[in-house]
Amino acid sequence: MDFDKLILTLVTFTPAVGAIALLLFSRGNVKAIRAFALAVALITFIFSLHLIVHFDSAKSGFQFLVNVPWIPSAGIDYHMGIDGISVYLVLLATILMPLAILASWSIRDRAKEYFVFMLLLETGMVGVFSALDLFLFYIFWEVMLIPMYFLIGVWGGERRIYAAMKFVLFTLIGGVLMLVAILALYFSHGNATGEFTFSYPAILGALTEKAFVLAPRAELLLFLAFFLAFAIKVPLFPFHTWLPDAHVEAPTAGSVLLAGVLLKMGTYGLLRFSLPLFPNMSHLLAPLISLLAIIGIIYGALVAMVQPDMKKLVAYSSVSHLGFIVLGIFSFTAEGIEGAVYQMLNHGVSTGALFLLVGMIYERRHTRMIAEFGGIANRMPVYAAVFLIVTLSSIGLPGLNGFVGEFLVLLGTFGVSPARAAFAATGVILSAVYMLWMYQRVIWGEVTNPHNESLTDINTRERLTLVPLLLLIVWMGVYSSPFLRPMDTSVTNLLNRVQNSQGGDVRTVEKLPR
Amino acid sequence: MVSFLWLIPLLPLAGAVINGVFGKRLSRGVIGFIASGSVALSFAISLTAFLQMLQLPESELPIVRNYFTWIQAGSFQASVGLLLDHLSGLMILIVTGVGLLIHVYSTAYMHDDPGFYRFFAYLNLFMFSMLTLVLANNYLLMFVGWEGVGLCSYLLIGFWFKKQSATDAGKKAFIVNRVGDFGFILAALLIFWTFKSVDYQQVFSAAAAMPADQLGMIGTLTAICLLMFVGATGKSAQIPLYVWLPDAMEGPTPVSALIHAATMVTAGVYMVARSAVLFDRAPGALLVVAVIGAATSLIAASIALVQTDIKKVLAYSTVSQLGYMFLACGAGAYAAGVFHLMTHAFFKALLFLGAGSVIHGMGGIQDIDKMGGLRKEMPWTFRTFLIGTLAIAGIPGLAGFFSKDMILAATWHSPNFGKVLWAIGLFVAGMTSFYMFRLLILTFTGRPRYTHHDVHHVHESPAPMLIPLIVLAFFSVIAGYVGIPPALTGHHEAIAEFLNLGTPAAEGAEHASVALEWMLMSASILAAGIGAFLAYLLYVLRPELPARVSSSAAALYSILTNKYYVDEIYNAVVIAPIVVTARQFLWRFVDAAIIDGAINGIGQSVRSSANTLRHLQTGNVRAYAGWILFGSILIVAWFLR
Repeated sequence: MDFDKLILTLVTFTPAVGAIALLLFSRGNVKAIRAFALAVALITFIFSLHLIVHFDSAKSGFQFLVNVPWIPSAGIDYHMGIDGISVYLVLLATILMPLAILASWSIRDRAKEYFVFMLLLETGMVGVFSALDLFLFYIFWEVMLIPMYFLIGVWGGERRIYAAMKFVLFTLIGGVLMLVAILALYFSHGNATGEFTFSYPAILGALTEKAFVLAPRAELLLFLAFFLAFAIKVPLFPFHTWLPDAHVEAPTAGSVLLAGVLLKMGTYGLLRFSLPLFPNMSHLLAPLISLLAIIGIIYGALVAMVQPDMKKLVAYSSVSHLGFIVLGIFSFTAEGIEGAVYQMLNHGVSTGALFLLVGMIYERRHTRMIAEFGGIANRMPVYAAVFLIVTLSSIGLPGLNGFVGEFLVLLGTFGVSPARAAFAATGVILSAVYMLWMYQRVIWGEVTNPHNESLTDINTRERLTLVPLLLLIVWMGVYSSPFLRPMDTSVTNLLNRVQNSQGGDVRTVEKLPR
Repeated sequence: MVSFLWLIPLLPLAGAVINGVFGKRLSRGVIGFIASGSVALSFAISLTAFLQMLQLPESELPIVRNYFTWIQAGSFQASVGLLLDHLSGLMILIVTGVGLLIHVYSTAYMHDDPGFYRFFAYLNLFMFSMLTLVLANNYLLMFVGWEGVGLCSYLLIGFWFKKQSATDAGKKAFIVNRVGDFGFILAALLIFWTFKSVDYQQVFSAAAAMPADQLGMIGTLTAICLLMFVGATGKSAQIPLYVWLPDAMEGPTPVSALIHAATMVTAGVYMVARSAVLFDRAPGALLVVAVIGAATSLIAASIALVQTDIKKVLAYSTVSQLGYMFLACGAGAYAAGVFHLMTHAFFKALLFLGAGSVIHGMGGIQDIDKMGGLRKEMPWTFRTFLIGTLAIAGIPGLAGFFSKDMILAATWHSPNFGKVLWAIGLFVAGMTSFYMFRLLILTFTGRPRYTHHDVHHVHESPAPMLIPLIVLAFFSVIAGYVGIPPALTGHHEAIAEFLNLGTPAAEGAEHASVALEWMLMSASILAAGIGAFLAYLLYVLRPELPARVSSSAAALYSILTNKYYVDEIYNAVVIAPIVVTARQFLWRFVDAAIIDGAINGIGQSVRSSANTLRHLQTGNVRAYAGWILFGSILIVAWFLR
């Protein structure tokens, strides 16, 4: 068998196999357990490098395809593949996982179960980004919930049960609606064409070629069902309140993966499913969704500004950043969408790094309250320097990664509506306010709290977790082509589909017959 | 050397990286050598490239080098590329030249600071950013330098990070600049969607080819220019965003000289001059630039009259002089603005470094009420400071006179309220002369007002600090001779022809009579003279007068010493309401009470209804049978209805 067909399966299931192998380890041998988990995550990462090295940027459509019948009687296939939009999201998951495991070195309590859940989570994450069968996608989507539920609920902070429940309930509500919508699509496609399948390309193709058509009302309902699932996951204002709680209670690695990868599933879903499957409704509701995105940008930033807890601050900043991504997606311009995908990667890198950094002083001081700190630069100069670079990346300093995505999103949005871009751009000011204010209160000043006197600077392991992210921050900011090129064809493809099936120029959407 | 253009910004960047990463393990000598050496090399390359450029015929300019694509998505493309022409050539000479002197000066000034390596890493990073800003060949790369210098300014203002006031000032500078950058970003977006490019050459040629009388086009260009100018008011400290610059004096004094006087703050002027093609086609925007420039120069100068901190006087003076440069640009005399940018870079860097020398010698005291008579202890600092004062005050023969005269003449000829703006400019010239001589007199002459209890040993500064002062003093004298007015030579200022910015500026000037030129020149000399004389009168002849003046106009005096309460107003009107709204309304109310309240409410009602319904589940078989019967009756009744 050809390796290209095997590779996605390898990347997806190596962690799961590793998780099963981990069960054989003796419970007390924490060192061996975490070393093994790290090795599995690293091997997965190396496998995933194959995807980008052998990715053909010129090719449209999915690559590294594998399509095997799974439950033939129901038309469910094991159908996987990636395109220019998902390839880097898979890599984001595989690169953050080893770092998250490195950041979990202090986990001693039930370490075996912890690392089993971590690895299972990785299988879920990679699966979501590469599943091309709607049913398979749904399975991965829900599977990922379970390990995250336990990671928060068992290894979390004081209010971990509340946070874990909130996280699961919010996501489940969206998930169930999405399942109903998937079934509706399956049946209406099956009834119209005679072929009952959950295959995403098949259904999409049939919709594009008008082999079956959704009545406006049906399209609206289906769009809303998918949209709600994704909007909660993003999270888009006003569905965001689970996020701060989940982040605050989750262990560091949980926060890193939650912000870094899990939130991207929402925006990825919008791009992969909402836009191409329901182009008319996407266009019709774009102004409204953009409005929510802009509210999220400003609201998230303002609320982040007044948080006394560092993790909550970063969590609300995610609401703001994800608003940019949604705004870019619903600009229906190549610039805006490429910027949105770029911003997904950026947010994963920068916010992942921010959570790692917060985790590092949390481990030393067991508090995340900004007021407890101050003058950290006097004791931890290397930490302070790294924190500064990550902060600058997060506020979109040109030359670092955040700017490229933010600028492209604004560029695409401005082409559609200058007013939207202008409101969104205020986020540029506000992000500087909340991040620099936090930085000043935590890092600068004299050491006033005696508990901070004995802080030690970050050690080699901690430096190892941060260095890859710092390199990405600079690389993605200075030389974006290797990241933008592969997505070009896929985004153009997507836009063509969205515009053609809709039968006109993008900017005349509002005149569509209902 | 033109082929080594990329080395000009990159050498200081290399210095920054080396000092930033390994500086902790290097000796001070090595750190200073790397930092100054990289800038010296950069200066040498800039100078040879400049001279080479002068040999080239006009048709081969500008020299453009594209290195690689930075961002490409959809139809958008931005490259990393540099552009050398007369304007950017002059700018890199100023930046690397003045920068080199200040690096040398800093090796002595910062010698005992524990953050020595950090300081030079930041300073080198600043050089990189500033050189990127002026050499970029497109607006987006310019923005990299633009925000980069803002970052370095932030880091250097907050350099002494243990001091709350320093970190406050740094944060304020960054955030206020971000407000301006908001405008810059929108301008860049509008430029792209108007011209389908952010590359200077493509934008300017497209703009030049546009039908200028089309109203829609004028509107778009005006919007672009005004948005860009919003960016400029941030970086170049103009109304309403000037408030960060006086606070920026919290940083080490060499920083104030390099960043907050000579180079970075002139970035806005550079941007307007660079975009002359656009501004020329947006007369409304030009008027705004001129009015804001004039108003800023007037207000800042009035605050400078009463400040007692030596650096604050110079800071407000800088704001005021930047206003002057914008006044020139607003009159369409971009070359005059850049000319003043250059002369100001020399004499203001000189004055700040002189102030640094004084502070160094006084052991950290900055209050001019506690100085006096320093000319004896610090003769070289005094001599060079005197030259700086004469230059900025507009005394004939020194650099400031020529550039100021060129601005005032251009303003007079400007069709947009030229005479009014000229009168304001003239008045400001008088004020400038007054507050500078006041500063000079109070610092260096008379009897010492400090006791030896305050200051142990007042001393002259070491050679590495004095040599830059002498070099800058030299240029503060001669730099003006590239702009000798037409009244003296019979043809245009050499600098104007050299820079050749915008449409041949101020056509009125062409026809202006020599008599008018002389009249305008005399007026500005007179203004400078009156200012100087008043300072002499108040602080030397009748030293009891200032107290009497301030008490007889107490209200005005306290408005000025409190800087028109602008910071307080911003705080009350903008900052406090935003913070309170965010905390009390958005977070505590919308997020916690409404959204989470609704969700928890749903949870509660599910739980309570389940609680009620739970009582139906009694385990009593007869009760169940009863309910089944009841249900069946209902169903039957429904079918029979």
